[in-house]
Amino acid sequence: MPLIPVVLWTDALVFILIALVAGFAAHAARHEHLRDPWRRVLRSRVGVATLVVLVAFGLVGLLDTLHVRLKQDPPSATGEVRYSPEVLSLLDLALSGLRERQEKTYSAPFATHLFVKESMNQPDGRVLRDYPRLEHGGAHLEDPARQRAWDIAWRSLLGLVKGLIAWSLLTAGILWLMARRQGRALSEVRDAILAGRTPIPWRTALGTLGVLLALGFVAGELAFKYHILGTDKVGEDVFFQTLKSIRTGLLIGTLTTLVMLPAAVLLGIAAGYFRGWVDDVIQYLYTTLNSIPGVLLIAAAILMLQVYMSNHADAFASLVERADLRLLFLCLILGVTSWTGLCRLLRGEALKLREIDYVQAAQALGVGHFTVIARHILPNVMHIVLITLALDFSGLVLAEAVLSYVNIGVDPTMNSWGNMINSARLELAREPVVWWSLAAAFLFMFTLVLAANLFADVVRDAFDPRLRGGGR
Amino acid sequence: MTAYILRRMLYAIPILIGVNLITFALFFVVNSPDDMARMHLGEKRVTEEAILGWKREHGYDRPLLYNEEARGLASLTDTIFFEKSVKLFAFQFGPSDDGRDIGYDISQRMWPSLAIAIPVLLVGLAFNISYALFIVFFRATYVDIGSVVLLVAMMSISGLFYIIGGQFILSKLFHLAPISGYDQGLNAWKFLTLPVIVGVIGGIGSGTRWYRTLFLEEIAKDYVRTARAKGLSERLVLFRHVLGNALIPILTGVVVVLPLLFMGSLITESFFGIPGLGSYTIDAISNQDFAIVRSMVFLGAVLYILGLILTDISYTLVDPRVRLQ
Repeated sequence: MPLIPVVLWTDALVFILIALVAGFAAHAARHEHLRDPWRRVLRSRVGVATLVVLVAFGLVGLLDTLHVRLKQDPPSATGEVRYSPEVLSLLDLALSGLRERQEKTYSAPFATHLFVKESMNQPDGRVLRDYPRLEHGGAHLEDPARQRAWDIAWRSLLGLVKGLIAWSLLTAGILWLMARRQGRALSEVRDAILAGRTPIPWRTALGTLGVLLALGFVAGELAFKYHILGTDKVGEDVFFQTLKSIRTGLLIGTLTTLVMLPAAVLLGIAAGYFRGWVDDVIQYLYTTLNSIPGVLLIAAAILMLQVYMSNHADAFASLVERADLRLLFLCLILGVTSWTGLCRLLRGEALKLREIDYVQAAQALGVGHFTVIARHILPNVMHIVLITLALDFSGLVLAEAVLSYVNIGVDPTMNSWGNMINSARLELAREPVVWWSLAAAFLFMFTLVLAANLFADVVRDAFDPRLRGGGR
Repeated sequence: MTAYILRRMLYAIPILIGVNLITFALFFVVNSPDDMARMHLGEKRVTEEAILGWKREHGYDRPLLYNEEARGLASLTDTIFFEKSVKLFAFQFGPSDDGRDIGYDISQRMWPSLAIAIPVLLVGLAFNISYALFIVFFRATYVDIGSVVLLVAMMSISGLFYIIGGQFILSKLFHLAPISGYDQGLNAWKFLTLPVIVGVIGGIGSGTRWYRTLFLEEIAKDYVRTARAKGLSERLVLFRHVLGNALIPILTGVVVVLPLLFMGSLITESFFGIPGLGSYTIDAISNQDFAIVRSMVFLGAVLYILGLILTDISYTLVDPRVRLQ
């Protein structure tokens, strides 16, 4: 085999998360009352548009989660197959052009010359101080000053056409599937979508998809000849960095909730259902944890992790593994600081639910506590859990940036928006300004967080029974 | 009333003990003082004497919980737990790892923190409430929809970008305010303007949205319908009735953060170079000064609990429906 898969800790957790989501989706698909709120989400225009954006981010993140080690050639002297120690993701492989084309230092987006002057030896022996050509960015041009604008325009157009072709193929496929399922003619389905007469706003969904595909293909077409978002201090492509940061952002937003969920649900329901001393203990626990300012608790825990890691440096096989464990630990500690809110909400809901007639009846009939919780309480608090997860996601993505700025976030070697901002902010003082790292981080972060915020609002409106009742 | 306050204070004690135990476990049990010494002295090739010397210098050379060599009560007091953790209850923070008195530093640095935090709170409150009232006045029109989109977009921007953008636009492009720094006394105002503006703008998104929801909830209630039915103008209904009643949750929401204002804002202060408690904490984190971080954790917890107590009290003061018992 040319490669072997590598499963890092966070990868494993992502796979568990996907399995859980798939299992829940399969379960929900078979129950009308669980399907109904999701149908509401899908029938909202904002809901489907943001969902498409989130899925696009998710796919990039997922590609970046499948890690492999490549076979090294030539094989060792004894003939056994050796694998490179470097752990790469499928995204790295797909974008190996971007990853490997390093410049010396800063260069602006679409630049053909370096951002700083350098002394160059001329053929006639003189030394000239000027901006040198980039090794990769726009290297195919003979006369950049004249050709560049046309080249960029031509390649954008090419990318746009490719994107539109891809979009048409996808759309045609979806249309064909819909027509077959509904048993209607293709043109009929098309007209319904164009007029916006479908229950699910397909027009919005496909429109968003089209914009994303067009942007993606244009960026892809240009990115292999230029550094479309410039290069950073050590000459790495910023576009590549910001794509890699997507995984970090998504992981922080999702794994944190995954690790906090069992504790929050279990303790919250137990406190509300059993009351008495159980309630006292659990309330004491979360009030205590809550009263430590979150940032400081994270700082203290990460400092301790740093001490541990520097004293046990041999325990980690590679830098990637070390960075990965730090990310996992960060998720854990963020989970510890953020589960209290959900726990308190669930406690309050369980307190109410235990007094409701059907729970009282179940208890009177001698049903065990465990069954009552599993059958009557848990399904009735799931909407709170879901709403909280959706609302927390964007806050966690934003928190990552702040924590990385304070150096208590993810490992400095890991690509993340926080690290990008952190290393770029001092460059604002330069003249002319190095703005592109910040702009790239801003653009991607803003898109993700805005989509997540809007989606969370739709989810809340669809799941919250109080809001739902008012809409009818 | 006094009995109630007293009882709330007593409730705080076990929580503070819990916080204290957690920090003690984090800082001394997870990693031994030897590990910390090695970290500070440079990780490799550290002699045992150097570690011992560092520990003696900082008072970490005692046993953790029980001192077998000392006699009587001293066997419990001459320990790291007593010296470094129990003494926090008396607000004796001791020296930091580079030898300065933490208590003195805190008392000096809380004033710049407050000089930013209080204006940000007051201006932000005034602006957000006015804007929310404005939106509610034009509810279900394009003003409302456009504002909500704007607010969500503002919420989606990381606080770091507000600071970077503010510094860049106001200081670098227009030279309206110094980028960073601080001055004693009244001269500080020109250094404070920019952080305060940035702080207020950064809080508009979530703040105004929250107040808007509050007002909309209030406006759906029966007494508002009655007020309209008896012929009050919409302006009177909004300002006299809705605002008055919505002030209860607003007020209690403000009271809970009041004590925490002392802690300052970590990011703002370190970006603008303001010598407050926030930048103090950041510096301590980056210098890996465990003594300071430990003190700030404890101080933060105390202030948070104080905030909770104040909230409960303010509820009983402003909301006649809540009775003390």
